[in-house]
Amino acid sequence: MSPFAVQLVNLFAAAMLLLAFAMLSQRRILALIHLYALQGLALSASTVTVAWATGQDHLYYSAAITFTLKVLLLPWILHRLIRRLSVKWDVETLINIPTMMLVGIVLVVFSFNLALPISEFSRSIARGTLGIALACVLLSFLMMITRSKAVPQVIGFLSMENGLFFAATSATYGMPMVVELGIALDVLVGMVILGVFLFQIREQFDSLDIHHLEKLKED
Amino acid sequence: MNVEGVFAQLTAAVVALVLGPLLTGWVNQWRAWLQNRTAPPLTQPFRTLHKLFWKESVMAHEASALYRLAPYVVFSCMLLASMIIPTLSTNLPLAPAADAIALVGLFALARLFISLAAMDVGTAFGSLGARREMLVGFLAEPAFLMVVFTASLITDSTSLATIVSSLSHRSLAILPSLAFAGVAFTMVSLAENARVPVDNPATHLELTMIHEALVLEYSGRHLALLEWAASLKLFAYSCAGLALFFPWGVAEANDRTALALALPVLVAKLAAGGIALAVIETILAKMRIFRVPEFLATAFLLGVLALLVHLLLGA
Repeated sequence: MSPFAVQLVNLFAAAMLLLAFAMLSQRRILALIHLYALQGLALSASTVTVAWATGQDHLYYSAAITFTLKVLLLPWILHRLIRRLSVKWDVETLINIPTMMLVGIVLVVFSFNLALPISEFSRSIARGTLGIALACVLLSFLMMITRSKAVPQVIGFLSMENGLFFAATSATYGMPMVVELGIALDVLVGMVILGVFLFQIREQFDSLDIHHLEKLKED
Repeated sequence: MNVEGVFAQLTAAVVALVLGPLLTGWVNQWRAWLQNRTAPPLTQPFRTLHKLFWKESVMAHEASALYRLAPYVVFSCMLLASMIIPTLSTNLPLAPAADAIALVGLFALARLFISLAAMDVGTAFGSLGARREMLVGFLAEPAFLMVVFTASLITDSTSLATIVSSLSHRSLAILPSLAFAGVAFTMVSLAENARVPVDNPATHLELTMIHEALVLEYSGRHLALLEWAASLKLFAYSCAGLALFFPWGVAEANDRTALALALPVLVAKLAAGGIALAVIETILAKMRIFRVPEFLATAFLLGVLALLVHLLLGA
């Protein structure tokens, strides 16, 4: 429980928050995937730090799962996906980025206030970071709401799972191993299903813009 | 106020007046080297100043007194700003008179005068430059204030001298809030000093320039004062950044040997900062003027995040 470990966890938490904002404002899909991989890296680094500082061995496994899944496997699948959908260099027009960042700041303030009384109960070394984890979840929500293309929405969904995972590590030293394995598998299967969906959407509408989904009836 | 303090204050002023143009020359030299050009000598800014001071100053017939006054106001604002930032010593008689918020105000005053003077003659380029300068300024100022507030919260003071001395005395710790604030400050200083992602200091292409459009009508000694003020502004911003994020090596009160030691440390830090600035300017492309609000909104966001992260994590 050295103060150095607490500082390191705080640093990784801050990096995760920064990356969440970077993803919120990123126009290019390829860069979005890189940012997602970086966020996974920050997450597994912070998990390793918590494991090392508290001697909780099962957190090492969870960090290993996070690393293989979110830094290597899922970005690789996403890369393949966007190559086969040939949307690699797609640039999405976003609604006014400064406004979105201000909304993001409001979300961060909200979640910090919300997490403050909860983290009082926790005795974990990383309890201060619960607010950041909550903010990451809400920012990913915002990203899913504001994006109009399908692939960035999928990345938003995956990044939301990052935030949830981080909340679990910071508040309670992680979930039981079975639950963690289950979630990891869920994300993987969800990714595959969403990938199939993306192909179907493009097949049907010749575009990945999900606004087309609003009118499914043929008229 | 004592003799030592006055001595330190006067040294700071002289150092600012000399090192300011040298820093500009240094950055220009490195820019040239990084772009495979032959570099101008380090003293080129002084030669330009010398040339301009001996030239006749041509004025428009319609120019008002404000136009005549503006270079002097801008120059004294920048000199005062570089005097209240603890560059060499934290024992400055002027420091209690103006804290970090007043420093932001000083920069704003200079911006107001230069913009009014640019619109005074009524040429198209002058008012175009003034509008752009105001656009950049009003977006950069809140971001700068957020950076200052973060440092103030960490040290419980808005006085620059107290901030520097307590930051340099605290034990070494990883502070994510200061890292965010540092990036935000870098972005703000790039915008405020008319550096590459926002404005190109070397261009006279009418449609893209901001700073050059403001001083387009000036000539002779007025232009020299404005150029010198621009160098002082770069120096003041660099020193503010060094004071907030690399505060080590600044002399404490009543210590002449430390004061003598602080000068080489400052020169070394400025030299490293100048090279970093030249590298930034070489690898980045100038952005469209309508992307500038986005750039500065990011700086503001980072400043606010620094503040929030400090409040939540206490780090």
